[in-house]
Amino acid sequence: MTTMTIAKALNAGLRRALEADPKVVLAGEDIGKLGGVFRVTEGLQKDFGEARVIDSPLAESGIVGTSVGMALRGYRPVCEMQFDGFTMPAFDQIVNQVAKLRFRSGGRITMPMVIRIPCGGGIGAVEHHSESPEAYFCHTAGLKVVAVSNPNDAYWMIQQAVASDDPVIFFEPKRRYHERGEVQEAGEPRPLHSAQVLREGTDVTLLAYGPMVKVCADAAVAAEDEGRSIEVIDLRTLSPLDMSVITRSTEKTGRLIVVHEAPGNAGLGAEIAARTTEQCFYSLEAPVLRVTGFDTPYPPSRLEEEYLPDLDRVLDAVDRSLAY
Amino acid sequence: MSELSGLAGPRAGAGADIDYVQLLTPEGVRIGNDEYDFTGDDDQIAGLYRDMVLTRRFDLEATALQRQGELGLWAPCLGQEAAQVGSARALGPRDHVFPTYREHGVARCLGVDPVDLLRMFRGIDHGNWDVETHRFNLYTVVIGAQTLHATGYAMGLERDGLVGTGDPERDAAVLAYLGDGATSQGDVSEAFVFSASYNAPVVFFCQNNQWAISEPIERQSRIPLHKRSSGFGIPGLRVDGNDVLASYAVTQKALEHARSGNGPTFIEAYTYRMGAHTTSDDPTKYRLADEVEHWRLRDPIARVRAYLARSGGADDAFFARIDAEAEDLAADVRKRCLDLADPSLIDAFDQVYAEQTPYLTEQQAAYAAYLETFEDAEGGTR
Repeated sequence: MTTMTIAKALNAGLRRALEADPKVVLAGEDIGKLGGVFRVTEGLQKDFGEARVIDSPLAESGIVGTSVGMALRGYRPVCEMQFDGFTMPAFDQIVNQVAKLRFRSGGRITMPMVIRIPCGGGIGAVEHHSESPEAYFCHTAGLKVVAVSNPNDAYWMIQQAVASDDPVIFFEPKRRYHERGEVQEAGEPRPLHSAQVLREGTDVTLLAYGPMVKVCADAAVAAEDEGRSIEVIDLRTLSPLDMSVITRSTEKTGRLIVVHEAPGNAGLGAEIAARTTEQCFYSLEAPVLRVTGFDTPYPPSRLEEEYLPDLDRVLDAVDRSLAY
Repeated sequence: MSELSGLAGPRAGAGADIDYVQLLTPEGVRIGNDEYDFTGDDDQIAGLYRDMVLTRRFDLEATALQRQGELGLWAPCLGQEAAQVGSARALGPRDHVFPTYREHGVARCLGVDPVDLLRMFRGIDHGNWDVETHRFNLYTVVIGAQTLHATGYAMGLERDGLVGTGDPERDAAVLAYLGDGATSQGDVSEAFVFSASYNAPVVFFCQNNQWAISEPIERQSRIPLHKRSSGFGIPGLRVDGNDVLASYAVTQKALEHARSGNGPTFIEAYTYRMGAHTTSDDPTKYRLADEVEHWRLRDPIARVRAYLARSGGADDAFFARIDAEAEDLAADVRKRCLDLADPSLIDAFDQVYAEQTPYLTEQQAAYAAYLETFEDAEGGTR
């Protein structure tokens, strides 16, 4: 067991992926000598060479589009989108090409690509550096979407995503990059597409992914002081959803609250609420509630603490749920 | 504008001042060129003639099938047979092609069953050929997207050690097709940047057929297209795209340049789309009959036939035999197109992911159960 940050865990995971399969290549802006703006790829170009850790021109569609070509040639590209908002220039390549090539070829072509996206706010950045674009990708058939919240998952899930024959959109919570946690380098990881119950409880289920998992875990501790038993789920996989864990927990507590940074309108919380309602209607004691970012563009950073769901907004939602 | 920057006037994009590689004139006379030469014999030229005639006949049959309601859409390549056949026949045995959605002549040269091309336009599937076997990627509908795929594939060839080895049995390159409209797309500029930066073994073969649906080339470019690439550090040249010998010669040289590790080339094949962009548009609404007539006199097939007849490389019996073969092809394609079985939506669920998801499995099962309710109704079980 080792203690490391999420950034270091991703670095170690990518290193193992590069060692395990000579077909794995990394591509992205500044990922070579600089090691990426968040240093996730630090030292990898030095050890694996410029042909496998590719410093790309400043063109996101080009990074993803050339990676499609490399995947067609039998490589397993891992693209880094430097920031969430910069993923949009590559949107066409991701949703029209990466996602659909398997289907278009009647299943003949595999697209074993990973697109890493540092996501979310809370770092005081300028615009286009704090977005939560996951719903676009969850809405696209052919993609799989995951989000990590802790170093152990970062270490394992990046390796599992690289090994997957399906294209994986891989969200990394940028404001948690430097938070430390234990990484179990030995042993078997849990399956990539599985949610995890982080904390058992009986009164309300809080469900979150990526950067909001810690907020929910903290809220559960705070609620305990008021005598409330909160169950916390780390969703981990956003598409496909692991509904078995969500429904089991909801049937137990009767109350589900989904928390995410992205705007609520047509966000992932809406899908989870709808499906949970379909499957757990007779177990629900309250409507499925959502605590999300607002339906504004991501605000200037002086406002982001208000914009982002925090402990108080989550606890308020717990109160509202229990009031039914 | 021209006074300020030295650019030519507003017709520049149309290539008003044509300067291109030509080895066979519209009258069917072979001419020399200092840099490019077609070294094949008349038998090979007769083979190119056959490819072009069969491509045209197939294309006309597909257009007819669309008009009769058997295809949802067709993108005709009428008039572009020389550019396609010439470039495709220049491919080496290990080169790979990334087409648009109009490369029917290229597909033919690479052995793709023409009915597989029709399946896509009939709504059976999105591309049913094995891209590795034929070295011919799926048709790409989003304009220019394939130029990046071609570049990435070429980067892969380079990483596989298949470029610049000096061993002609190993070296390979990529041929990426695009149209004049695609040169306005960001992806194409990005493909130029990436291929130049990584010295990728890719040849961009742009068929400038003068029209992007109804938008003329003047709306796409203020300079002749072949001059675009030099700004990216990529050599560019223009070829008479209605000249199959010149199209062959320049592509062959560019591919060899790429295979040898000398990087990308951009070729503008100056040609003309004689038909509609697709069967959905009406070209009489946006272009003049005079223009079409001008190009009809530069027909890519007629000039080869004139040459072969004059040189003695082919006789009337040969031409009659090819015409008969073309009719047989059309009849075969028509029959097999009409015989194509409709696809099943139930199967579509299995083609999305390598590792199936529980949700899609549920949806598939629910849909199958739903379908069974109809079978029960028909069976009179109520």
